[in-house]
Amino acid sequence: MFEALTGRLEGIFQKLRGRGLLTEENIREGLREVRLALLEADVHFTVVKQFVERVRERAVGQEVLKSLTPGQQVVKIVHEELIGLLGVNHVPLAFAQQPPTLIFLVGLQGSGKTTTAGKLALWCREKGRSPLLVAADVQRPAAAAQLATLGEQLKVPVLTPKPGAKPVEIAREGLSRARKQAHDVVLVDTAGRLHIDPDLMAELKEMAAALRPHEVLLVADAMTGQDAVNSATAFHGGVGLTGIILTKMDGDARGGAALSIRAVTGQAIKFIGVGEKLDRLEAFHPERIASRILGMGDVLSLVEKAQQAVELENAERLARRIREDKFTLDDFRLQLQQVKRMGSLEQIMEMIPGFKKLKGVQPDERELVKVQAIIDSMTAEERRDIAVINSSRKRRIAMGSGTQAHDVNRLLKQFTETKRLMRQISRAGPQGLGKMFPGLRGS
Amino acid sequence: MALAFLDRWKQGLAKTRQNLQSRLDWLRGVAGRRLDQELLEELEEALILADVGPQTAGNIVARLQEKAAREGIREACDLKEILRRILVEILSQGVPAPGPCPQAPRVIMVVGVNGVGKTTTIGKLAKRWVDEGSAVLLAAGDTFRAAAIEQLEIWGERARAQVVKHQSGADPAAVIYDALQAAKARGSQVVLADTAGRLHTKMNLMEELKKIKRVMGQVVPTAPHEVLLILDATTGQNAVSQVRLFHEAIGVTGLVVTKLDGTAKGGILLRIVDEFRLPVHYVGVGESPDDLREFDPEAFADSIL
Repeated sequence: MFEALTGRLEGIFQKLRGRGLLTEENIREGLREVRLALLEADVHFTVVKQFVERVRERAVGQEVLKSLTPGQQVVKIVHEELIGLLGVNHVPLAFAQQPPTLIFLVGLQGSGKTTTAGKLALWCREKGRSPLLVAADVQRPAAAAQLATLGEQLKVPVLTPKPGAKPVEIAREGLSRARKQAHDVVLVDTAGRLHIDPDLMAELKEMAAALRPHEVLLVADAMTGQDAVNSATAFHGGVGLTGIILTKMDGDARGGAALSIRAVTGQAIKFIGVGEKLDRLEAFHPERIASRILGMGDVLSLVEKAQQAVELENAERLARRIREDKFTLDDFRLQLQQVKRMGSLEQIMEMIPGFKKLKGVQPDERELVKVQAIIDSMTAEERRDIAVINSSRKRRIAMGSGTQAHDVNRLLKQFTETKRLMRQISRAGPQGLGKMFPGLRGS
Repeated sequence: MALAFLDRWKQGLAKTRQNLQSRLDWLRGVAGRRLDQELLEELEEALILADVGPQTAGNIVARLQEKAAREGIREACDLKEILRRILVEILSQGVPAPGPCPQAPRVIMVVGVNGVGKTTTIGKLAKRWVDEGSAVLLAAGDTFRAAAIEQLEIWGERARAQVVKHQSGADPAAVIYDALQAAKARGSQVVLADTAGRLHTKMNLMEELKKIKRVMGQVVPTAPHEVLLILDATTGQNAVSQVRLFHEAIGVTGLVVTKLDGTAKGGILLRIVDEFRLPVHYVGVGESPDDLREFDPEAFADSIL
């Protein structure tokens, strides 16, 4: 799998560690692994073929840099080529000079168009714009009701169609309402359709020809296999895509479809969907995804995420308490809650380089819940000073939290250990601390 | 009868001209060709393009090579026939064995990741069974997605099936508890329980499914009689992870593959059937309720090649 690619290449190239040139001979086995990993990640067969060929051309004849092993060097080339293929820079949404900006969301059934429409509306509003949602899906039962509900949650107005209205009429009405009510973005949710459905594709073409949208975004499922190429090609040929949104990136899909779609349409991936909640839409950053794909960690986005979630005030307070050696279970609990807010533990660990190498360290969210329950069952006094927790108190805490006395013991031991560790790190200076809590940077 | 069915199946799959065209091209291309490395690579490519996955494709081609050597096959066309037999052999492990019909109400829990077509599949199954004379009850267990309940209600109207629902945001286990109680009281023969789409990696949401399953057993001790996992044929290798994690969490009893009417081949099913030995109950090849077909390994193998 993708995650293991770096490790596997390291293994293969161990033999030629640190010397000589990369040759056709000595990289053959490594390139086979690259090919397998990409196919396993659902990158399209032809795209993989071209990709591996490009990597080979670049790699052969290169001198292995002093500071790198041959494996690392090939990974570096693969990484750079991946970024090259995914698009070097983030391409933002194109807003029209003359508002309203008209945006179509198109794609196969079940790719997540309606949810994405809601997410985009929220995103636009947070950018200071005034979006109007238009429910132009007249195929799926209750699709308009779904968008209306999302609009209600977001307090974004939604145009729902009159019975019998055609999608092109609905979208046109959306435009004129936007002009009247001063909305500067119109997000049109279209029906999911098969790329080989001649009637529905003709309908989409007609809509695009009549209304000339500024953006036509293909909403595609990150779990899509080889077929991503067929559907993306057909949508691009039919209506002329201007960008891609990749959904369901919060699962364990390798997301090879991103590469395939990008390769056949040449259009930028603009956003990724990373959760069911409406604020779970992120700008697409090729360098980050390429790194994540190769298991190099995604430090940049972790830092950003942490900064969003951790209120600076808390962070500063925490840092002070660690410095003064006053870190208590109350602080520990606060830290836990912040970790939770940042996203799933697994997701976070994935982004920290080196963490994945700790085999057997399986982040277990259940464990976190248990820890929280134990701390919640303590009195304020106990949380302030664990020294007062004698065995009868332990029994009570265990009973209150639905755990066993040894669970409580273990937590207390871990806490003492953590505290000791923190003391050491804080003596080593702010850099060491920053590594543990990225949110503390600059405090 | 069987032949007519096969024909209809083929029509469904041949909806796309490309599909048919590529098959014809392939046949024309190999006519008169002999077994060589290039040909084997082409076959491997075809399998990978059908989402069989690089490893499984490699294994299958190795088996093919071995078999061809043993049987002294040289012609490309014969080779294809052997390949077809291998695929059918693997896929046949996915044919459901006829089981005893459980006492009513027969409770079917429908699960899957977001957007695979759970609600649509339920609607189609309900329509089919109501038309066959069964009293079907739908449980609106997707209380999370906006308007999922409304969507199921519309299907309920179309199929003339009763729907038991709570409000959006309600506890899905509670809805399903009520639905099963109602099914017992009203003498329903089949209960189809919808659940919210969820990514298999979300632990808390998988816990919720376990709870729903437990609650079913409280009302009808033998329920659920089926746990159907819906898979989208356009999904690639990730489908394996979906099957594994749903199966570990709640014990899947059967699969339904949707969206086979597009250009996706759903070849990942080869790997899944081989690894998990789960029966494939239905495949979806079109919009109408009739387009939900019983799984046929021969037709499936044909469409992959």
